[in-house]
Amino acid sequence: MELHTFLTPPAESARRKGPHDRIVMSSRVRLARNLKDAAFPGWAKKPERIRVLELVRPAVEELPEMKDAFSGTMDSLSALDKQILVERHLISREHAAKSAGSGLVLNRDETFCFMINEEDHLRMQALRPGLQLRQAWSAIDQADTTLARKLVYAFSPELGYLTACPTNIGTGIRVSAMLHLPGLVLAEQINPIIQSVSKLGLAVRGLYGEGTEALGNVFQVSNQMTLGESEGAIVERLEKVLAQIIEHEENARATLLEKKPKMVYNHIGRAYGILANAHSISSKETMNLLSLMRLGVDVGLFRGVERSVADELFILTQPAHLQKQHSEKLTAEERDLLRADMVRERLRHISRPVAHSPEAGGAGLDKTAK
Amino acid sequence: MLCCICKEKEAKVHLTQITGDKMQKVDLCEDCAKTKGVNDPQGFSLADLLLGLGASHEIEQSAGGSDLKCLRCGFTQADFKKAGRLGCPECYGAFAEALEGLLKTMHKGTHHIGKVPESLRQSRDLSDRLNTLQEKLTKAIEGEDFEKAAVLRDEIKQTTAHLTDTPAN
Repeated sequence: MELHTFLTPPAESARRKGPHDRIVMSSRVRLARNLKDAAFPGWAKKPERIRVLELVRPAVEELPEMKDAFSGTMDSLSALDKQILVERHLISREHAAKSAGSGLVLNRDETFCFMINEEDHLRMQALRPGLQLRQAWSAIDQADTTLARKLVYAFSPELGYLTACPTNIGTGIRVSAMLHLPGLVLAEQINPIIQSVSKLGLAVRGLYGEGTEALGNVFQVSNQMTLGESEGAIVERLEKVLAQIIEHEENARATLLEKKPKMVYNHIGRAYGILANAHSISSKETMNLLSLMRLGVDVGLFRGVERSVADELFILTQPAHLQKQHSEKLTAEERDLLRADMVRERLRHISRPVAHSPEAGGAGLDKTAK
Repeated sequence: MLCCICKEKEAKVHLTQITGDKMQKVDLCEDCAKTKGVNDPQGFSLADLLLGLGASHEIEQSAGGSDLKCLRCGFTQADFKKAGRLGCPECYGAFAEALEGLLKTMHKGTHHIGKVPESLRQSRDLSDRLNTLQEKLTKAIEGEDFEKAAVLRDEIKQTTAHLTDTPAN
């Protein structure tokens, strides 16, 4: 089966619901595992990587969780398909660069995705909408236990699961959540939050993980340390920190609406204005403006409009998704034109944002005092 | 002070990260700070940076030097210094000395806490059980309870047989 017919249509995936999905877009738990008797993918020669792939891939396919899954080798996927997988957050950018000797197994509802021969022999991930770290951990824990009956993992009683990079050794776990934090960004509180989160030994990254920008006010928070702390303790620690961040974001939104409603309406109104009227727009600008529109939906400025409108466009307007909708190869300039056409068309039936509550939308000026 | 990446230019960016009771320091020149994305606090994590830096630093200090080689896969410490990744699971044994300090700065502890593969867990349980049985046997013999000792001896025999059956990973 072809990958793009297998993937959930963006209209559908944008409607996935989960706890706290107003702020937490998705939860993810990843485990890194390696086979005992093979060199890590970065050092192994091609025949050895293929041997590992041929051992690991069927074992993953046989998992009950992976019934009717998509399974393919990375050399069988086009560059465009790989980029689409990156834009959907199903594989890493590093994995997209792999070819023969690496593979991918993705289940039907996109809740499990296994990368074979990425940096480690096996990187298995459980994905859930909203804040569901515990559920994601228990799902991937179970899949890992089943796999361990077929594969012999590299494990040391002292150092735990052995990984290509010493930063992942021990539990090999990375617990992460993708957060939409426009309130904290607008209130200029995001940097102190990032700093305090990193003091707790957690990492804050941009939209596509390591070394990427926080486009569209989307941030990923994850654990960094994997040795000397159990999986359960890591999940719990992250849950606590996320609960705090959610609270701060909600507070920031409430305070902004109370103290500086005009500033918030101005940002959201302008975002709508550009999205609904532009004839050329970059992917980066689109994401940043869609983030404001999403905020507008959250705070009730777009009556009867669902958050999924913004979330679907968030996926569809990214470069590879846009290219996939057109048969001829597009240049960046052409993509900007077509992106603007698509967004204008989608927003045609959505009226401009209106502040409904009398005290918030009235003639009152923003209080200048902080 | 010189930049700890290029070791050529004056270090102008000084970073300190405190996690729990551990303090990590990095000094960079402006150019290296820029290439490492340090100016952008959103995309930056000290751990990622420390990996490259710490690795070379620890390795230089450790005994054996860059010539040290993993006998299983042929990966050398110099390769590790360059890639920041290891060659195979056995490398952790081969470069244990150099890795020790690195793991200490990177992680919460130096000993694994958490999930253990089932196969290992079983054999670990069995060997724990074996130890308890041995102790009981010694006591039974000391107390001249030979009837009990005979039962214990059979149990030990059985457990040992189980232990050798179980793949020890």
